[in-house]
Amino acid sequence: MSVTPETVAAIPADKGRSLWTDAMIRLRRNRAAVTAAAVLAIMTLMVIVGPWFSPYDYDYTHWDMILISPDLASGHVFGTDSIGRDIFVRTLYGGRISLLVGVVATIVSLVIGIAYGATAGYFGGRIDHIMMRIVDILYGMPFMFFVILLMVLFGRNILLIFVAIGAINWLDMARIVRGQTLSLKRKEFIEAAEALGVPPFRIIRRHIVPNLLGVVVVYVTLTIPQVILVESFLSFLGLGVQEPMTSWGALVNEGAQEMENAPWTLFFPAVCLAATLFCFNFIGDGLRDALDPKDR
Amino acid sequence: MLNYAFKRFLGAWPTLLILIALAFFMIRAAPGGPFDSERHLPPEIEANLRAAYHLDEPLIQQFGRYLLGLAQGDFGPSFQYKDYTVTELIMTGFPVSLRLGGLAMLLAVVVGVSAGSLAALRQNSRTDHAVMSVSMTGISIPNFVMAPLLILLFAVYLGWLPAGGLGNGSAANLVLPVISLALPQIAYISRLTRGSMIEVLRSNFIRTARAKGLPERVVILRHALKPALLPVVSYLGPATAGIITGSVVIEQIFGVPGLGRYFVQGALNRDYTLVMGVVVFFGVLIVVFNLIVDLVYALLDPRVKY
Repeated sequence: MSVTPETVAAIPADKGRSLWTDAMIRLRRNRAAVTAAAVLAIMTLMVIVGPWFSPYDYDYTHWDMILISPDLASGHVFGTDSIGRDIFVRTLYGGRISLLVGVVATIVSLVIGIAYGATAGYFGGRIDHIMMRIVDILYGMPFMFFVILLMVLFGRNILLIFVAIGAINWLDMARIVRGQTLSLKRKEFIEAAEALGVPPFRIIRRHIVPNLLGVVVVYVTLTIPQVILVESFLSFLGLGVQEPMTSWGALVNEGAQEMENAPWTLFFPAVCLAATLFCFNFIGDGLRDALDPKDR
Repeated sequence: MLNYAFKRFLGAWPTLLILIALAFFMIRAAPGGPFDSERHLPPEIEANLRAAYHLDEPLIQQFGRYLLGLAQGDFGPSFQYKDYTVTELIMTGFPVSLRLGGLAMLLAVVVGVSAGSLAALRQNSRTDHAVMSVSMTGISIPNFVMAPLLILLFAVYLGWLPAGGLGNGSAANLVLPVISLALPQIAYISRLTRGSMIEVLRSNFIRTARAKGLPERVVILRHALKPALLPVVSYLGPATAGIITGSVVIEQIFGVPGLGRYFVQGALNRDYTLVMGVVVFFGVLIVVFNLIVDLVYALLDPRVKY
């Protein structure tokens, strides 16, 4: 068939699709990722607004209702713990802390990782070599031990938890960002910026970092669950947030001590923690598949 | 090869030194000291105690003394467990941790690699989906959540296995701790194996092997498995670190008298030398293991240039 002007006109004008629209379309087809995103959204909403609707406060102890099993009549839908506190509301408050740690500590690691990786990648040469050697050296260290030490020695300051967890998680990010920067800086638009005399750090900020976002987004969704895990690990050891405030890790720890006669104290926080980690992992996997041009 | 090994060996020293220095200065910067107690000690006695443990010297001198001791394999005396040296404490805890961690590692590699390969060979089949869902569960459920759940199920409800302790060292006592320690690693390793196996199976040399008429078993075991295992080998370093950190919680949950417990107790008691000892010991273990893994990787992969 010959291509006449009419046949060309008959094909509907295809709007150009960017990498992002393309990825979003593919992501939306991934049912696991979409479900995970929905569950996560509901969970986040619950954790934020839920406590306002609960008749109990997270530190209110109901002395004549100790370790009661979940029931609707008393209003303790998840039951109560060993000193009569409502587990439903505590799980929500714990979720606030866990999700907050996940987001804030990830931002900390993001800022350090991007700044470090982009600098090393952009300047290259000896600077790159030295900076990456430092990353290599830090890689071999058992950082978990240092975080535990920090927590034990300097008290359980929530701010310290954020910073400490973020500070140990930037190494992977720095490596990934550096690799991307290396290939980016050969592009024409960087050359143009250099020719115009834009100072190096402005080039990094204005031209390199915005172009790194694709890789970074995938990595962020995979970092958040790791960070939540580290925080709950610390809380489980009794080193995280301080009573009566709580987090999912701390609740799991309390529940594990009561599980023989009151399994619900363990069950609900454990399910929330696992479900959140599940969702983040699914979204991360889905995003990676969607953004990966290799398998279309 | 020898050259490369030597270079990597030299490269491990700065890591170790930074590790030791960080732990040393961090713990001494902490508020409180090893001899703080409810009862106030007379100042002369406290001064004598501090002098006996060289705590009155300038920090740098203490650090030098510590390094010198380390070079001779001496971790110093424990502050809390009187009459014990840290070396002795480590030597009582380590065999227990080693058995636990070693078994968990073995289980993780064997089960992870077989499950991952199976999933890759039947890509997109039901087996594949099942393996991948189980693996996702393993990654998403932290071991300190898994451990109490396993205890609840197998020890409390079913009563098949003991809930904790080492008993008289029987195998039954090890089953639950080893499984909870290994599960997350099994999950990671099976995902890794599946991914790399799928990629290897698509490559030209596998097609050639099949075209030669080799039986499928030989194609998989002789040709595909080795290159597919490379990412798993390089993951063994982080896996060791994961198992060691995991053992801190698992030992606490199951009441196993290993090294992880000493670490947490030591840090709470400001037992400087004990905490330092455990950090340095584990740190050296991880650094050395990473070194070995890198060397093995270089041996296995002919493309790596050194």
